[in-house]
Amino acid sequence: MADMKTAAYICKGCGIGERVDTAQMAKIATKEGKMHLVREHDFLCSAAGVQTIADDIEKEGVTHAVIAACSRRAKTEAFYFPSVALARANIREGVIWARPDTEEARETTQEMADDYLRMGCGELKKMKLPAGNPDTGHAKRLLVVGGGVSGLTAALEASKTGYQVVLVEKSAKLGGWSAGLYRRMPFREPYAEPQDTGMDELIKAVTGDANIKVITNAVIARTDGAPGRFKVDISVESGPSLTEEVGAIIQATGFSTYDIAKLPELGGGKSANVIDQVTLEKLATEAAGKGQPIRRPSDGGEVKTVVFVQCAGQRDESGKHLAYCSGFCCGASIKQAMYFKDANPAIDTVVIYDDLRVPGNGEDFYRSAQRKGVTFTKGKVSSVVPQGNACEVKFRDLILDEDAAIAAADLVVLATGQVPNSGVNIDIPEEEVAKMEVKPVSILNLTYRQGKDLPQLTQGFTDSHFICFPYETRRTGIYSAGPVRRPMDMVQAAEDATGATLKAIQAIENAELGRAAHPRSGDLSYPIVQLEGCTQCKRCTVECPFGAIDEDEKRYPVFNESRCRRCGTCMGACPVRVISFENYSCDTVGAQIKAVDMPDEFSEKPRILVLACENDAYPALDMAGMEKNCYSAFVRVIPVRCLGSVNTIWITDALNAGFDGIMMMGCKHGDDYQCHFVKGSELAAYRMSKVDDTLKQLSLEAERVVSCEVAITDIARVPQLINDYAAKINEIGMSPLKGFA
Amino acid sequence: MGDLNQQMLDKYRNNFLHEVEEKVDDGEWVKMCMQCGVCAGSCTFGPDWEHTPQKIFMMIRAGKREEVLSSHSMWLCTSCYNCMVRCPRELPITHIMHGLASYAHRLGLAPKNQPTRDFSLIFWENCTKTGRVNELRMTISVYFREGFVSGVKKMWTLRNIGRGLFFAKRLNPLELFVSHGCKDKDGLRRALKKADEIEARRRGYEVQPRGYSS
Repeated sequence: MADMKTAAYICKGCGIGERVDTAQMAKIATKEGKMHLVREHDFLCSAAGVQTIADDIEKEGVTHAVIAACSRRAKTEAFYFPSVALARANIREGVIWARPDTEEARETTQEMADDYLRMGCGELKKMKLPAGNPDTGHAKRLLVVGGGVSGLTAALEASKTGYQVVLVEKSAKLGGWSAGLYRRMPFREPYAEPQDTGMDELIKAVTGDANIKVITNAVIARTDGAPGRFKVDISVESGPSLTEEVGAIIQATGFSTYDIAKLPELGGGKSANVIDQVTLEKLATEAAGKGQPIRRPSDGGEVKTVVFVQCAGQRDESGKHLAYCSGFCCGASIKQAMYFKDANPAIDTVVIYDDLRVPGNGEDFYRSAQRKGVTFTKGKVSSVVPQGNACEVKFRDLILDEDAAIAAADLVVLATGQVPNSGVNIDIPEEEVAKMEVKPVSILNLTYRQGKDLPQLTQGFTDSHFICFPYETRRTGIYSAGPVRRPMDMVQAAEDATGATLKAIQAIENAELGRAAHPRSGDLSYPIVQLEGCTQCKRCTVECPFGAIDEDEKRYPVFNESRCRRCGTCMGACPVRVISFENYSCDTVGAQIKAVDMPDEFSEKPRILVLACENDAYPALDMAGMEKNCYSAFVRVIPVRCLGSVNTIWITDALNAGFDGIMMMGCKHGDDYQCHFVKGSELAAYRMSKVDDTLKQLSLEAERVVSCEVAITDIARVPQLINDYAAKINEIGMSPLKGFA
Repeated sequence: MGDLNQQMLDKYRNNFLHEVEEKVDDGEWVKMCMQCGVCAGSCTFGPDWEHTPQKIFMMIRAGKREEVLSSHSMWLCTSCYNCMVRCPRELPITHIMHGLASYAHRLGLAPKNQPTRDFSLIFWENCTKTGRVNELRMTISVYFREGFVSGVKKMWTLRNIGRGLFFAKRLNPLELFVSHGCKDKDGLRRALKKADEIEARRRGYEVQPRGYSS
């Protein structure tokens, strides 16, 4: 960059001018930072201040600017200069607000501010203005896989928004399980009576919609491409195959019922009178068609006593059955008990439950059933023994703490759970799949290097950031909705489908502009690889949490930029450091590390490097500053996109530069992870577990590098962590590597 | 009248919940209990109960007629109303407890020598006779409920209070012989009889006098 023109702007507002010597900082920017242009301003985010910068960009030809003011998370609208590379030095939240306003703290506070400016100048010179991702796609259609209540709702919502939809359904008919229901749980006031499912109208609306192309009896044979340009081969039973180009995909493949034959102790498969909820819906529909009451399946006899067994094969701790609660089944049993009570109040209907869970407004529905005389017994059913045309239901009464039994139940309904239809579990190695009796069938048949279907978290449900981005899967542009994501009822499925549809539309629009999807929404940077240095180690292709990187025939990585979420996990993984972003690379962080002015061994001023995740840890630090929760002046914080992007070279650089300790602050990992890039913090923890050897080689203590899990709410805890670590460093002493760099 | 208990057994057979709904004051609320246990946790008598309200309701649903009606629990209720205030389902628990106690008593299934029940009977008999409570006679009846020696002992323990009451003119020894009463004793009796009739009609009993012993 021959024509790089750099500028530093130092704000004196918000008390910065009173707390630190900005004239000294300006000198540092000029002499050490080698900035072409340095300006101090009393109130930089004011219209006049912003105009100063804008004028410099226009008239002076500034291409790179560092703003030493507030945190990069603040005043983003005022300091929005899309035509220049911009670095921010956090003097407000990160320095003056995080330090006590006392005379003895003055010197160290000034050092902190000086260093952050040095770091900003260092980073700036290594940055480039992102040119935008050339890997764009222009397909604006949506593919919906699955024609149940989730899929139908998704298709209809997309159409209403003006997008075209291809809806693929495996079976011959639309509607899924919901269409097979006699009635559904009430979903509006007064939540008292079972309601018509409304599926006929929904199906009619979808089939009659000109924007929606419905393909039944069809499965996905192959999915290739990226957001904005997916190519999907659809194979149709007894018909020619189709290829559709779509911009985003919604997987609404729903669930299968748990096989009651796996529950012989509860009479499953042993008697025609022991049925699951789906079968009862069928019986109810048939009976209503004939205008008759529901009859006993074994002999068509009258039903006088019906028992509902909740949590059948669910919430199982033995590992034999489903470990989770499906959430919808208590409501379904309440509804089905009403089928009997409404027809004939003399029928004994008993619901044996452990915890009755009726989410939403189901509590009113529960009350309504109690009013109708449905008996609810808190207990655990131990066995259902068929005897002739009746069954004896033995259970433990959990309130009276004793064994009890219902001697002759004519019908026993087992409330079994939802098993997600999520296709192939890509985490199971192929040799184990080969040993399986029933081979899993892929749903999407993705051509991605990392596997054919969406990654799963636990229990077969598709993985997503449960709190922040529930519909986003680990495959950009592909969204899961409905019970394939988590167990749910019809109301929740429809809501889920609507959310996923809106997300899918965002993905289509972002793909067209070459921008990132969440959480770095709108980011124009993308990973750039210098293939000539690549050693084909495959770490980036294996570790990318989003399956963005494939391999070519020569086993070089092939980046699919629009599948990328810009977390930088590939950059952290790369042992030869050939992967970088224009505005975030090994060099931009390395330059910051090296820019810190390192006091000598005898100064009693240790230096601690904090690599803080920009999603949770960095905001927590900012908020700690806002709350004036002070912390040690010896830390220098560098925000990183994700701990997954931390390359071990930074650790080496920092230790060589003389840092006495390194703290890595990232999100929680594991099954209940909080990492916004799903796998980043887990990978970082794994990589750092290997750092100990390196430290030993350098004859350094293991405590010199620590990682900690931080949540965005840890506003009081983060300063405490820093101070505790500073005390620890004080204890083990200064780094012996100081002064050798 | 015949044996009311047998009559009810014949009428309701195994459906005790239905019996409670029809015969017990506020009994129709029992089915609305959701077994959360807040009543049991709130009860001031909690640990001393044989069965908490939660259990009583569960036993009713499970058809444990004998056990419920002969339980001491309902008689221990101090009417503090903690359970009723806290019940998330807004069940009138205190009232149901009293209703069950009263029904058990009517059927002759209430526990024998239950102090609360004995006191209630003594009180009712005492006050309905003249329309006013004869405190001296009532106290003596209660003290001597468990026999002569125990009665004398109790009186001796409380002698100072008795003396105090006497000097404060709150205790008239002559009351032992002559009770003062309300103006229209016959009217009162007629009113009570009428109330009995109304209740009996509502609950479907044959009329039977109050204060019967069991």
